Amino acid sequence: MHNLTLSELAAGLRSQQFSSVELTQAFLSRIHQHQDLNAFISVSEDTALQQAQAADQLIAGGNAGPLAGIPIAQKDIFCTLGVKTSCGSKMLDNFIAPYNATVVEHFNQAGAVMLGKLNMDEFAMGSSNENSFYGPVRNPWATDSVPGGSSGGSAAAVAARLAPAVTGTDTGGSIRQPAAFCGITGLKPTYGRVSRYGMIAYASSLDQGGPMARSAEDAALLLQTMAGFDTKDSTSVDQPVPNYSAGLNDSLQGLKIGLPKQFFSAGLDNQMAATIQAAIEEYRKLGAEIQEVDMPNLELAIPAYYVIASAECSSNLSRYDGVRFGYRCQNPQDLADLYTRSRGEAFGAEVKRRILMGTYALSAGYYDAYYLKAQQVRRLISDDFKRALSGVDVLMGPVTPGTAFRIGEKTDDPIQMYLEDIYTIAINLAGLPAMSIPAGFIDGKPVGLQVIGNYFSEAKLLNVGHRYQQATDWHLQVPKGFE
Amino acid sequence: MSLSASDVKKIAHLARLGIDEQQIEHYAKDLSSMLDLMTQMGQTNTDGVVPMAHPLDQMQRLRDDVVSETDQRDHFQTIAPQTEAGLYLVPKVID
Repeated sequence: MHNLTLSELAAGLRSQQFSSVELTQAFLSRIHQHQDLNAFISVSEDTALQQAQAADQLIAGGNAGPLAGIPIAQKDIFCTLGVKTSCGSKMLDNFIAPYNATVVEHFNQAGAVMLGKLNMDEFAMGSSNENSFYGPVRNPWATDSVPGGSSGGSAAAVAARLAPAVTGTDTGGSIRQPAAFCGITGLKPTYGRVSRYGMIAYASSLDQGGPMARSAEDAALLLQTMAGFDTKDSTSVDQPVPNYSAGLNDSLQGLKIGLPKQFFSAGLDNQMAATIQAAIEEYRKLGAEIQEVDMPNLELAIPAYYVIASAECSSNLSRYDGVRFGYRCQNPQDLADLYTRSRGEAFGAEVKRRILMGTYALSAGYYDAYYLKAQQVRRLISDDFKRALSGVDVLMGPVTPGTAFRIGEKTDDPIQMYLEDIYTIAINLAGLPAMSIPAGFIDGKPVGLQVIGNYFSEAKLLNVGHRYQQATDWHLQVPKGFE
Repeated sequence: MSLSASDVKKIAHLARLGIDEQQIEHYAKDLSSMLDLMTQMGQTNTDGVVPMAHPLDQMQRLRDDVVSETDQRDHFQTIAPQTEAGLYLVPKVID
């Protein structure tokens, strides 16, 4: 059952080949069997089985939607009523949210079953999942290696068939980079497409939730449930949600693909370049036309991102003060000691670095030189994308400079870790949708191809991904020991 | 651009963030390399470029000024570290 697609699972449930309870039990038992991957922070066995029973009744009633009775899992950044939401941090190790995130509500309304909450870098800050208070996640393709981050538990769980599909969030590449490292399909939607209500904030002008699944076809079903305008999110965009599955099979004849030349410059590993070129060749066979595009400001994306993300993080994380919820230090001497020690004892090193950086960038006398400058550079980068996308349908390139690195390999140098996101970060600054799809292997480790589209072109991206997945079988490969 | 240990202490104080004394030099070094990375932006001319806050340049939505939330104080306080009589307790601020 664990190798079936979402549509196959839905059909199996309707034809009573198996019940949602049986399906849920099968995935729960795989989660227990592969605990050493450390993909989950919480497994919500009891509520999952209750949801499955309810779904079985709904399906028997004959009016259930496509996700009814299907087990999924949530990144532990989405607030879930009654189930711990830690955000990968000691700060929220005792936090049971008093409400559900909008995304979680959407899945509940669809009758989906939540298996549990997935491991992640603390407050979504990281590219390797090594910054989690709950320990690193292992990559199913090479268990000495990282799954990527920050949605590392999400990607590992899908690759290892511990859940058929899951949610992730992407602030600078946190859906696409782990999807690439684990050989799955991950889509970061347009900023404002998926509600951020109840999705714990890191950098509010960049954060966006999205689907992570084994194929573009499955991701389309998931996004259908996640997307939509939400009055509870002040940056949500009021745009109709199209049918993401309707155009999956549309022909790619005449599709114009732009290759940003800055993506294929000296920094790109030879084997990675060859694998990406081979994937683009496949698109040529499917009828696409390829052209080079120039995006001169792309190299400024990393500095601009780390100013904006750190500044917004320092502001967002000021709410964790040990007063109303979350961690509180023992025996505070006074109020300042309560704040300082609660935060000092409960935040990890990377979160502290970014809070310090952001506080500095926003402090009196430095605002113009850093935050304002970064927001101007952000506009220049966004304009580069607008220009490039005015002449082509999608942009393509690598997701990552290399494949999954070993656990511990890059933890000593934060800057090295930041450079991991060199191909993904600019997309968040522009607020565009982008997807990672499996496109090959280097030394047994998966490679992701990045497909970037114009605002609200998620359906086109999924179509572009699906047609490639009809012509190739990279996305069907299963890591050894998880068949 | 480099930050000293005393700069880091000052920033940590502004952020009300406790940092181990022996870690301060370490943070000073990391933050200095982050700043080096960020100064790359300085070479780009951004005169007259409008800062971008929302990717779609959307304005803050407004709503009618009516009550939309119910009182859930007891519910919210079940997860608070320390409460009494419906109040959140913190160490004494005024003697």
